[in-house]
Amino acid sequence: MIHPFIFFEWLEHQLHLHIGNHITYTWLVMALLILVALLVKRNIKTVPTGLQNFLEPIIDGIENMIEETMGPKGKAYFPLIATIAFFILVSNLIALIPGFFPPTANLNTNAAMALTVFAMTHIVGVKEHGIGYFKHFCGPIGWLAPLMVPIEIVGHLARPLSLTLRLFGNMYGHEIVLMIFFTLVPFLVPLPLMVMGVLVAFIQTFVFMLLAMIYIAGSLEEAH
Amino acid sequence: MEYFAWCVMAAAVGMGLGSFGTGIGQGIAISKAVEGVARNPGASGKIMTVMLVGLAMIESLAIYCLVVAMIILFANPFTDTVVQMLSK
Repeated sequence: MIHPFIFFEWLEHQLHLHIGNHITYTWLVMALLILVALLVKRNIKTVPTGLQNFLEPIIDGIENMIEETMGPKGKAYFPLIATIAFFILVSNLIALIPGFFPPTANLNTNAAMALTVFAMTHIVGVKEHGIGYFKHFCGPIGWLAPLMVPIEIVGHLARPLSLTLRLFGNMYGHEIVLMIFFTLVPFLVPLPLMVMGVLVAFIQTFVFMLLAMIYIAGSLEEAH
Repeated sequence: MEYFAWCVMAAAVGMGLGSFGTGIGQGIAISKAVEGVARNPGASGKIMTVMLVGLAMIESLAIYCLVVAMIILFANPFTDTVVQMLSK
């Protein structure tokens, strides 16, 4: 929900700065993730306790999923995908705390992540196949290439667009719906929608992660 | 002024049409998933994950409609031109 009062907006106002909510809250999420990572890293044990116990199954789950979708070669891209997943999940979930603004409800944050994935797919493709990577764009048969190349280029350009707009639309649309319900009936009625918000946060994280994996796996495999 | 009335109209009708098609698509996907779980309850976990991902993909079509509707309503690129023409 876009709360009428946002902590960092107030702070920016007090300090006479103009940074923008999505950037300050991106910093907050980054600080949170780095802090948790450092806390866990400080005392890693073979028999996990506390925070490590909580984070290990998540990391394990992501790793298993990467191996399932991308094959054994995909393990090299675990840091990128897991970072994106954690960042999106935490940013989506802080939307439910009053006074916090989700950075993912802004086009710029999402575009940054989607363009990272987009650039990564092509870098990976060129690194893996060299010049032969461009066979990916030429379709199955040689003489079809003039027809296939424009289609493939449009298809590849649509990927970051759809990644960006899907996440943005889901988060922002959800916020607008919550706000409208809140102005109509502020008592108890927005609660089921907030529960749905938690579900949406998890599903959108999952979808973004899965699509990033599928795109990178697509450029890892041989041209047909 | 009529221009803005038509803008609101376009956003409403576009959103309606978008969610109409998305609703049909999601209905088909869920009915097939329920069928699959009814036939093989053991595979419900896997079907659930695949279905949720598929639903999110279908839903993104409605979300595109929402984004376009919001562009029409809040960030219309022709607003300035129309306001200028009106003020003449």
